[in-house]
Amino acid sequence: MSKIKSLDELKKIREQSKGGTDIRVTGENPDRVVLAVGMATCGIAAGARVTMSTLLDEIDKAGLDNVSVVATGCLGFCYAEPLVEVRTPGREPIRYANVDAARAKEIIDKHVKQGILLDNAIIGKEVPRQ
Amino acid sequence: MSKFRMHILVCGGTGCMSSSSGEIFDVFEKELSANSLSNEVQVIKTGCFGFCEQGPIVKIYPDNVFYVQVKPADVSRIISEHVIKGRTVPDILYKNPESKETVAEHREIPFYHSQLRIALRNCGLINPEEIDDYISVSGYEALGKCLTEISREDVISAVKASGLRGRGGAGVSTGFKWEMAYKSQGDKKYVICNADEGDPGAFMDRSILEGDPHSVLEAMAICGYAIGADEGVIYIRAEYPLAVERLRIAIRQAEEYGLLGDDILGSGFSFHISLSLGAGAFVCGEETALMNSVQGMRGEPRMKPPFPAQAGLWHKPSNVNNVETWANIPPIILKGADWFKSIGTEKSPGTKVFALAGQINNVGLVEVPMGIKLRDIIYKVGGGVRGGKRFKAVQTGGPSGGCIPAELLDLAIDYDSLQSVGSMMGSGGMIVMDETDCMVNIAKYYLEFTVEESCGKCTPCRIGNRRLLEILEKITSGQGTEDDLTELKDLSAAIQDSSLCALGQTAPNPVVSTMKYFWDEYIAHVRDKKCTAGKCTSMLTYKVTDKCIGCTICAKNCPVNAISGSLKSLHSIDPAKCVKCGVCFNKCPKQAIERV
Amino acid sequence: MSEFSSQLSELDAFIDGLDTLEGKLIVVLHKAQDVCGWLPAEVQNHIAHRLKVPASKVYGVVTFYSFFNTKPKGRCKISVCLGTACFVRGAQGIAEEFEKRLNIKVGETSGDKAYSLDSIRCVGACGLAPVVSVNGKVYGRVAPADVDGILNEHK
Repeated sequence: MSKIKSLDELKKIREQSKGGTDIRVTGENPDRVVLAVGMATCGIAAGARVTMSTLLDEIDKAGLDNVSVVATGCLGFCYAEPLVEVRTPGREPIRYANVDAARAKEIIDKHVKQGILLDNAIIGKEVPRQ
Repeated sequence: MSKFRMHILVCGGTGCMSSSSGEIFDVFEKELSANSLSNEVQVIKTGCFGFCEQGPIVKIYPDNVFYVQVKPADVSRIISEHVIKGRTVPDILYKNPESKETVAEHREIPFYHSQLRIALRNCGLINPEEIDDYISVSGYEALGKCLTEISREDVISAVKASGLRGRGGAGVSTGFKWEMAYKSQGDKKYVICNADEGDPGAFMDRSILEGDPHSVLEAMAICGYAIGADEGVIYIRAEYPLAVERLRIAIRQAEEYGLLGDDILGSGFSFHISLSLGAGAFVCGEETALMNSVQGMRGEPRMKPPFPAQAGLWHKPSNVNNVETWANIPPIILKGADWFKSIGTEKSPGTKVFALAGQINNVGLVEVPMGIKLRDIIYKVGGGVRGGKRFKAVQTGGPSGGCIPAELLDLAIDYDSLQSVGSMMGSGGMIVMDETDCMVNIAKYYLEFTVEESCGKCTPCRIGNRRLLEILEKITSGQGTEDDLTELKDLSAAIQDSSLCALGQTAPNPVVSTMKYFWDEYIAHVRDKKCTAGKCTSMLTYKVTDKCIGCTICAKNCPVNAISGSLKSLHSIDPAKCVKCGVCFNKCPKQAIERV
Repeated sequence: MSEFSSQLSELDAFIDGLDTLEGKLIVVLHKAQDVCGWLPAEVQNHIAHRLKVPASKVYGVVTFYSFFNTKPKGRCKISVCLGTACFVRGAQGIAEEFEKRLNIKVGETSGDKAYSLDSIRCVGACGLAPVVSVNGKVYGRVAPADVDGILNEHK
């Protein structure tokens, strides 16, 4: 460990070490957006692990501090795995089908950051209230 | 995965460690590695979550799911169900005792509803043995801000303006103490942390030191800068080995980063902190006695004035604050005095940590805004009295405090309101008592404590309290008279007036307050020789009633053969032989033995 | 070298390593009790000599603090918590049960040095009250009926 010589250096270390605790801090935030990835056997077999790590990376890159990624059980749409459910407080949850790395990136870029739904990937006919 | 997707926090506080949380931690590490999840999921040992009644506690982020009473054998299910499949394990979730529903999320648990965490903000959130965790939640930024942007005088004004009062008991303005030490002339000054948490039943200071040691170090350095001291001493009980160990680690890490030591953050300010271990003397929580003990002497208090701010440790100007007080300092600097003042009451801003214990459902550590009603703490946070019994009193302030009866449950608590009803804030112990607790016996219990802990320096405390105890022993053994009650009152007043330090001055409080609110019980003891709660055993008599079926169990179990009677006939107890041990009462299958 | 003299030399080495002797009496006593298990008169005299303070002062400090023992402890150290939280949940009855089983009073050590029984004030595990600690291992929610089992575990 080398010495910290100024307040700026201290702040730099804070930013670097945030990755160590931010999922806890975000977890305490009642207004956070939760991205639930279906991680039952079929989800994992379909590549849910890649989905999850892509989501985590993209959140990290974008510096979002109000988004949590959690594993969840079978969502019941086995034909559409890997599945991601976006849970925004006060809104209907939205489920996306066949979320590979590219779609995971799109969910973060469009839905989470800009509030634009990916209409072509939503499970269920009716587009929920947004 | 490039970073951990899940954090599993295992409580590493003393309470949970006593019920195998260390083993739970180890099993998690082992099983995660066996499932090749060590790169995805991190296990962290944290400080106390406060909900000790439900320990050992395991919390999972980012889901914010809270598992209670976890056993090492539950770990594999948590991994196979929750970690891998994302399903909670229902039987180890918290169950709401009223609705019987399970609650997964931490913040949905009623115990946490009314809480607001400032001093405990990082307990159960960060790894106390990892300085980077503390820095990641803005740790040491308050110190950095003070050293680079705020003048010494402005630091003191900010603390003064916040209205923060000493959390160790007396409630003296912290800013006022700092100012006094700042104004004192001296080539050498000391900053002292009072971590001699002696109140039996209060454990908030230990939890802060175990769960967030850096916050105390940072605050002490801020004070050092403000008053002009370059040395800090933490006086801590030797009975807290885990807290001592975590403090040692924290000091070493802060020194490695240069956040303690010489020329901190290039500001030219130097500050060193050392530990001084206590040796088991309650009076050392008194600041002047504490300083004598740091100097290797008997922990006897000194006369005040001179105050520590004028002539303290090694006769140099010193400022002593308690652990919880220190933990409030960094947020006050970062968020400002106005933010702090917006919480709590006008004369007692901020929050207070209470250690709830005794006959209450949710034993644990709670931090609530000042001004909250006693009723809300006991019923909303504490979940009410155990076993559906009737609430009788709550004792606050430890051996220096008093008992508050049911009719004052709507009291909004702060320093001044507690004092006005004859108790005190003290360090924040809160012991709930029910109808089976005898208030005379409770007063006797506290007097036994103070008599044992009196340092013996001044006569009123050394001899007066012993006399008080003797009178109470006389009353609880059924030998008391009404004159004794007058004697208790007079003697209490004399001790309060004439003792040298706060220990003696407050020692009669448990007697005075129980006499004030539970006078009937005292009268029943001396006039009718009765203890309604059934605690003063020598006053009880045991009788066999008609319900007796002659099973002979009582006679067989009586240790002094005081019960006679043949099979299937009514038994009787010889009062001359009976030693009132209560075995027959407890053993009788038909509740045929009456205790009056 | 006898056990006692090797203990004294360990203590001496510790004292030699201190940067100053001023105000170090309690620090040295902690170390001495660590090394010897208790503080017999010979050890107290030795410390007085080494720190250049009167033996009476050492004795005064040793007897002031409850942490320091002037009597040897048993191999099995039983401490019953008598803090308020444990007290109101029946700790007194637990202490009495141990007294009965071991035939010694609180504060005493059994004749064969197998057990010593003490009371302590709050280990901070109030959620588990009443609490008993045996050689550092904490037993929570103890009932008088559990006493036999605890003793059997530490035979």
